[in-house]
Amino acid sequence: MRGRRTALELGAPVALVVGAALLGVLVSRSTEIYFINALVSVSMVVAIYVFVGNSGVLSFGHISFVAIGVWTAGVLSVPEQEKPAFMPYLFDFLRDTTVGNVSSLLAAGLVGGLFALLVGLPLMRLSGLAAGIATFAVLEITNNILRYYEKVGPGLNTFSSVSETTDLRQAAIGAVAVIVAAFAYQRSRFGRQLRATREDPAAARAVGVSVYRQRLGAFALSGFLAGLAGGLYVHFLPINVDAVYLDLTFITLAMLVIGGATSLWGAVVGALAVSALDSVLANAENGLELVGRTVEVPAGTRIVVVSALMALVLILRPSGLTGGREFSVDPLWRRLRPS
Amino acid sequence: MSTFLASGLTDVLSDAVDLQVQVDAIGLGAIFALMAVGIGLVFGVLRLVNFAYGQLIMAGAFALAFASDRGWPVGVGIALCFAVVIVLSLAMERVVFRPLRSQSPAVMLIATFAVAFLLQSIALLWFGPLGKTVTSLADLNRPVTIGDVDIRKIAIVAIVSAAVSLGLLVLLLNRTSLGLHMRAAAMDFQTARLVGVRANRVSAAAVLIAGVLAAIVAVLLTVQFPTVTPTFALRETIIVLAGVVVGGMTRLLSATLGGFAIGYVSGLLGGALPTAQSQYLPTFVFGLVILVLLFRPGGLFLRGRAAVERV
Repeated sequence: MRGRRTALELGAPVALVVGAALLGVLVSRSTEIYFINALVSVSMVVAIYVFVGNSGVLSFGHISFVAIGVWTAGVLSVPEQEKPAFMPYLFDFLRDTTVGNVSSLLAAGLVGGLFALLVGLPLMRLSGLAAGIATFAVLEITNNILRYYEKVGPGLNTFSSVSETTDLRQAAIGAVAVIVAAFAYQRSRFGRQLRATREDPAAARAVGVSVYRQRLGAFALSGFLAGLAGGLYVHFLPINVDAVYLDLTFITLAMLVIGGATSLWGAVVGALAVSALDSVLANAENGLELVGRTVEVPAGTRIVVVSALMALVLILRPSGLTGGREFSVDPLWRRLRPS
Repeated sequence: MSTFLASGLTDVLSDAVDLQVQVDAIGLGAIFALMAVGIGLVFGVLRLVNFAYGQLIMAGAFALAFASDRGWPVGVGIALCFAVVIVLSLAMERVVFRPLRSQSPAVMLIATFAVAFLLQSIALLWFGPLGKTVTSLADLNRPVTIGDVDIRKIAIVAIVSAAVSLGLLVLLLNRTSLGLHMRAAAMDFQTARLVGVRANRVSAAAVLIAGVLAAIVAVLLTVQFPTVTPTFALRETIIVLAGVVVGGMTRLLSATLGGFAIGYVSGLLGGALPTAQSQYLPTFVFGLVILVLLFRPGGLFLRGRAAVERV
């Protein structure tokens, strides 16, 4: 019985992701990119969930790990002869190194994780508002340096001529890998200790849990996964530094909160639901055929709707669409009963 | 890197005596201090970090631009700006802040994050990404010569209006019963309600005062940056939020000092550093923010340790 429940808690999010990927195979080429985008978003949101969901500490800084992943995979993937064209000031070893698709993704994860570990060493001592503002400061600093320091990347230029290897298959494999890692972590003793500190820091300390160490571990793991997601992102679209800044921070946090920040199921549902809505609205901005009539909404409607929805969910259902619970087939009345 | 830092530092030191840079930096600090009071006042009463504060200022700036476009007199434009900002902040309090009053600070912060993006994208829909220009207040940007230094009029206006509004606020908080209620609510909201402080009135008053301050800031900022875009005042708000947390959020005075300090420091560094280095200004400022948070997580201008937050 318990084994079946565990299998469902992992199986349901994975099935949802695979289902979305299969649906993406059926649709036209031009619609496919919305599905790939949704799957990449799943990777990012689950990566953020590993830290924010399990620790209960707010982080505005995770998109900086995504950005580090984008820079790592991007710089390492551009063919050597193309690099001088838009990255003329690169360090020598970056200029002379080009690696394959999978290696670039792993490198993106490793650099992202290492950066998160270094940043986390001092920062994980903070909590509450101070932690929120400090992670925001990390985002600002990372963005500022990537924007102007042209020895490590293209600066303000767009990452062009990165091999576009993130198709539906790679996006789905990436998302499933991130989900499995997140699940394995939250079932491990480290994940359980961190969740204990989320529920009651004082009680967790009293039974010998080091809040600092558990948070640091989760921060580094979640930095690794976010870096990986960044690698997937740069292999999907030609992007620049503005694509991995405030707007992405907002939309990924919105996905996590709308789905329900305290469960893996919530992170996946939120990412897919908001992506679906976002894609429909994006289509509508270009004119959408709906029961024989063309519906057209002005450009920019997407963020208006998504942010209004986010505020609404927060006011009416602060624990998110899934209530912050894992997937379960138990009837609702049994789940609501106090255990 | 070290030579880069050293040359930057000597530049700053040699320019630090430059009176013009000093006055500009104090002017910027004064504007940031007003924003810090607006954010700190709402935080004190509602325990809510208002990320959408910058969008209130943006809305006021668009009202000014609208009036300036139509060729309306400056006074009408400023009145419109105040009306828009005050109505918007009261609506925000009623629709978003009040229902969320019992939620955790993190939920409220994310909610105001959502409101900020909502207002910003509405402005984007309405006015487009290029924005509008405010021309009616342009002559405040001209310098006056005092002794042998040129000082922009706006710096003086900013410093004077900040001083006057802060003085009035201190009188309000210390000499009126509404001020007493607000101070009581800031100390302990639940107990204050038990002894008869009306919660809705106090929170509306705090948001109203914060709105008035936002309108003043909108007027002052549009003189400095006449082009109003949907991201107007966004950067400033992020910097002020950092300053407020660094100064110490739980006391209004320390929050104000934090806002002033971060404005003064960025004004000084921005005025003194050459462009090649001033593009890294955010890195310096936010690096400083992280350092202060690590050593004084409760606030730079607060004595003693902040109590551990327990829900």
